[in-house]
Amino acid sequence: MNAEILGVVVTFLLSVALAVPLGRYIAKVFAGEKNSTDFMGPLERLIFRFCGIDPTKKMDWKSFLKALLTVNLVWLVYAFVMLLVQNRLPLNPDGNPGQTPDLAFNTAISFLVNCDLQHYSGETGVTYLTQLAVVTFLQFVSAATGIAALVGLLNAIREKTTNNIGNFWLFFIKSLTRILLPLCIIWAVFQVFNGTPASFAGKDTIVTLQGDTVNVSRGPAAGMIAIKHLGTNGGGWFGANSAHPLENPSYFTNMLQLIGQTLLPMAMIFAMGFYIRRKKLAWVIFGIMTIGMLCLLVPTVVSEVHGSPAIARLGVSQSTGAMEGKEVRFGPASTGYWSIITTIISTGSVNSMHDSSMPMSGLMQMLGMMINAFYGGCGVGILNYFIYIIIAVFISGLMVGRTPEFMGHKVEAREVKIAALVTLLSAFLIKAGAALAAYFVAHHPDMAWSVKPSGWLNNPGYHGFSEMLYEFTSSNANNGSGFEGLGDNNIFWNVSTGIVLILARFLPIIGPVAIAGILANKKYIPESAGTLKTDSLTFGAMTFAVILIINALSYFPALALGPLAEYFSM
Amino acid sequence: MKPNNALFAKELVMPALKQSFVKLNPKSMFRNPVMFTVELGTAIMLFVTAWSFRVKDATVGSFGYNLAIFIILLLTLLFANFAEAIAEARGKAQADSLRKTREETPAKKLMAAGGIFTDEIRTVPSSQLQKGDVFICEAGDTIPMDGEIIQGLATIDESAITGESAPVVREAGGDKSSVTGGTKVLSDKIKVKVTTEPGESFLDKMIALVEGASRQKTPNEIALTILLASFTLIFVIVCVTLKPFADYANTTISIAAFISLFVCLIPTTIGGLLSAIGIAGMDRALRANVITKSGKAVETAGDVDVLLLDKTGTITIGNRKATHFWPTAGVDDNSFTEACVLASLADETPEGKSIIELAGGINGHAYSTNGARFIEFTAETRSSGIDLPSGIRVRKGAFDAIRNLVTKAGNNFPKDTADRVRDIASNGGTPLVVSRNEQVLGVIELQDIIKPGIQERFERLRKMGVKTVMVTGDNPLTAKFIAGKAGVDDFIAEAKPEDKMNYIKKEQVSGKLVAMMGDGTNDAPALAQADVGVAMNSGTQAAKEAGNMVDLDNDPTKLIEIVEIGKQLLITRGTITTFSIANDVAKYFAIVPALFITSIPALQGLNVMHLKSPETAILAAVIFNALIIPILIPLALRGVAYKPIGASALLRRNLLLYGVGGVVAPFIGIKLLDLLLGVFM
Repeated sequence: MNAEILGVVVTFLLSVALAVPLGRYIAKVFAGEKNSTDFMGPLERLIFRFCGIDPTKKMDWKSFLKALLTVNLVWLVYAFVMLLVQNRLPLNPDGNPGQTPDLAFNTAISFLVNCDLQHYSGETGVTYLTQLAVVTFLQFVSAATGIAALVGLLNAIREKTTNNIGNFWLFFIKSLTRILLPLCIIWAVFQVFNGTPASFAGKDTIVTLQGDTVNVSRGPAAGMIAIKHLGTNGGGWFGANSAHPLENPSYFTNMLQLIGQTLLPMAMIFAMGFYIRRKKLAWVIFGIMTIGMLCLLVPTVVSEVHGSPAIARLGVSQSTGAMEGKEVRFGPASTGYWSIITTIISTGSVNSMHDSSMPMSGLMQMLGMMINAFYGGCGVGILNYFIYIIIAVFISGLMVGRTPEFMGHKVEAREVKIAALVTLLSAFLIKAGAALAAYFVAHHPDMAWSVKPSGWLNNPGYHGFSEMLYEFTSSNANNGSGFEGLGDNNIFWNVSTGIVLILARFLPIIGPVAIAGILANKKYIPESAGTLKTDSLTFGAMTFAVILIINALSYFPALALGPLAEYFSM
Repeated sequence: MKPNNALFAKELVMPALKQSFVKLNPKSMFRNPVMFTVELGTAIMLFVTAWSFRVKDATVGSFGYNLAIFIILLLTLLFANFAEAIAEARGKAQADSLRKTREETPAKKLMAAGGIFTDEIRTVPSSQLQKGDVFICEAGDTIPMDGEIIQGLATIDESAITGESAPVVREAGGDKSSVTGGTKVLSDKIKVKVTTEPGESFLDKMIALVEGASRQKTPNEIALTILLASFTLIFVIVCVTLKPFADYANTTISIAAFISLFVCLIPTTIGGLLSAIGIAGMDRALRANVITKSGKAVETAGDVDVLLLDKTGTITIGNRKATHFWPTAGVDDNSFTEACVLASLADETPEGKSIIELAGGINGHAYSTNGARFIEFTAETRSSGIDLPSGIRVRKGAFDAIRNLVTKAGNNFPKDTADRVRDIASNGGTPLVVSRNEQVLGVIELQDIIKPGIQERFERLRKMGVKTVMVTGDNPLTAKFIAGKAGVDDFIAEAKPEDKMNYIKKEQVSGKLVAMMGDGTNDAPALAQADVGVAMNSGTQAAKEAGNMVDLDNDPTKLIEIVEIGKQLLITRGTITTFSIANDVAKYFAIVPALFITSIPALQGLNVMHLKSPETAILAAVIFNALIIPILIPLALRGVAYKPIGASALLRRNLLLYGVGGVVAPFIGIKLLDLLLGVFM
């Protein structure tokens, strides 16, 4: 057991050790300082000339967001059409069909918003062409969108008073050429050498130990698996995601993928510290996020390692921990760590079936997604944390007797309004979605839909409720993992989660960038002894308290009816 | 004027109770979104209670239970209204007592004919005076209106406003021309021009500020209201979605339980006390004898970064004083002191008087001044003195003036005295050299006396993060010395009026908020430019118009108190908000298990307080929620104490006290209430 815990600790420490220098590098890239990937310069200039973009153009927060939203809309239309007609396009050796409109709607949005909620199975739902030109493409650009949005925000905080938060196109292209592409090449090579397929050949046939003949899907998977984690996307090549033996063959690739998904979210925190020249702030934020992560991780690992008391009562030994839905090659501790990392960071890739996690773990996974700011997604994690900071700044500013200010700018009604709206949005989307689903299951179980509401849930009672709650929580967090017991490929779930996905992606990007842009326009106030230091541990603790309270208050009743009721019933 | 310090004076409580019911009017409730939703909930409960009298149904619940919930909700509303009403009543009482002095005093109005004032005097009530009218006041008259003296000079008793019994002199022209309504003329006769419209004096404005209807919310209050409204919306979402969740779990939740949960969760504590806190802040300013023109000014005061203070009267006591006699070597003490007294006999300046005071008075020495000629101070000679009939000429004056005198007569200026002069100047003092018959006798040291306790006040300001700047007409050397001794952070020496203005602008460009105090007309532009401009009541009308506060006490150190009042106001808001939201944790643990325990017995595990039954749990939570409002009214009115211990330490302290305290307190309170209710139910 100790070796398993040690494995988790080593994985975590390796992530931090890599994230700090990467953060310094990222800060250099966006500050335009000399760095080791300047050889990419000509390629970038070529892209800009080809697209007719002037990368030196200054943008205020409004035109910055306009550029971001416009290009995302273009991708959405492109992806939707491609998925609809994929059966008529080349690179489809397995002869997979085109997607239904509602599934294509859901899939296109899902990858566009860095969520990767997959209501299909990779082996049969998409073709090699759409895997590469739609899914993998969106995985790259959605991650780059998040990073670019964060850099815009950082520019706003970096300057004392400014209108210009930088050029979206420049940040976006640099995120791709300088960060995502180089890292993905390294990760993909590791995957290939450890057994992940990277070929265009169709299904292979093998005979298992039991003597069954089985068709095994293959494809150019390694590259996608690299960006899936580095870009905190989570959508896997195969339906079983990282529990699949070809997608995640060994404990080593498991570590690789764990480090891969934590790397950029952590590095962006340090990059922020270097970029805005407030290293202490970065370390305090990193510390608070790590404490938050541990608060979710410890109960999860403990309950997974101890196994299920319900099964123990049947007389089955639980000495290896709760192994239902888990892979033997990873073990309960590492799987527990993955399930927390993948939910606090908006990856959503899974190496076990979360539906089979212990109730306590399920609770922690959902909390991780509800908070969605402990490290968080690529770039967007800090945007989410920024909203909590604004609320914490406001309340604690009052408590020290000064009109609240953040980084030398007064936080006033308009900023509070935006922060409050973004906070409200999460609570609204998750709870309204789950309530709608619960309403149909309770009152109209036999609706004449292709899949009746009564057929949605694999489990009755509290666990069934958790399945619905989890799906909307995962959509709202742009996470993409699922309590797989849910029958989700039908019009209700495809459309409802699709709407949640798109709102929960773009409003929480618009909000923080707008706040930072508005703040940057205001007069700069130098610090004095009466100013609240936002890089102090005290303020970090305050932010932590705000995060806990807001989420506890928003979700306690729903969690009580799902995982908590299940936990107390065991 | 004696401020009434009792929080709940009897004569205030009764009308405030009445107001609590009047304020139930949804129109006035609408201004406060949190309490407005409580009122909606109460209205629904009234309906449900009536309904449950006729219908027996599990979703409706028993009549008695519904009635109890309805009454508690109504009380919650009344408590919140009472908090606002009592704060208003206190503020109004304070302002009224100031206003009473000036209402309906007879005014001797000078009648005008065709724009020219005649000598005709008619007595009219003060309320009929218009801006621009002119009235006359003679000894014994009460001044009917705020105004400016246009002719004459008078001594005036301002004790009705300031509490200071010593009369002050007011005269036409210059900086002392302003008179305040309600004060009394003790001698002489003045002609005064009315400067304000009836109903628009500072006091009238102040009274409007504390009255609910016309009270403008400050920007910070608006931002907080938005935050509280969004918390309320979160709980609307929580409560509405709970219905389908409960349906899924086959649980019936009564309307009373839904509304109880909702009212308990929304931040009623801060919602109910928010306006009371704002009003109490202005009231505290008024109690400190400061009239504010807007609530925003008080808030801004809490943010001030730089404080401009005049040296004279603020940092030092009045004028400089003689502190030491330094005779030249070979001159004995007594004869030097005698010469000093002689030279100052005719000197009416405060410095001159202080020399005689230091010498122990005139009586200690025998002088024959019969036939003596007093030499007045002139700008050319820069010395003054006396020529005695015996032929003795005594002079005192600036170092170079006396040196000229002495060397012209062919005498040497003694080296030890020259050294002494330099020492005194470098220590921030002013040397006055004394000579007899063109022989140097010694030097008198004059020093600024720094007010006792002023260093501590500056230290306190520094800990608050406020930079203090001394403004003085002294030369930079003296200014630096006094600045160092008093502990101010910066100084403006040899200051001209425009220097203040430039300094304020310079600080503001770098993003700082500046406060200053002033009285003269030439202070007016700077007062208007400063973020917080406090005009002294004795100052000119122009100064009072330019500033956003008026200090009735004319006390220059008042700024320090104003800054603290501003900070206290924000802190009180912040801490009660934190407390209110932290309370929700315990309320969840009381109500959520109570709602589901019958259909999901496993949730007994969440009933950490072991409350007796779902009914007692819900009632206990609602009662606690209602009671906490009146319990916190004294805190809201008095304000949370401000301690200048640095922002992080202050945050830690308040977070521990009101955050952690806010989590723990309701667990105890609800449990106790549940035990009590358990006896009856």
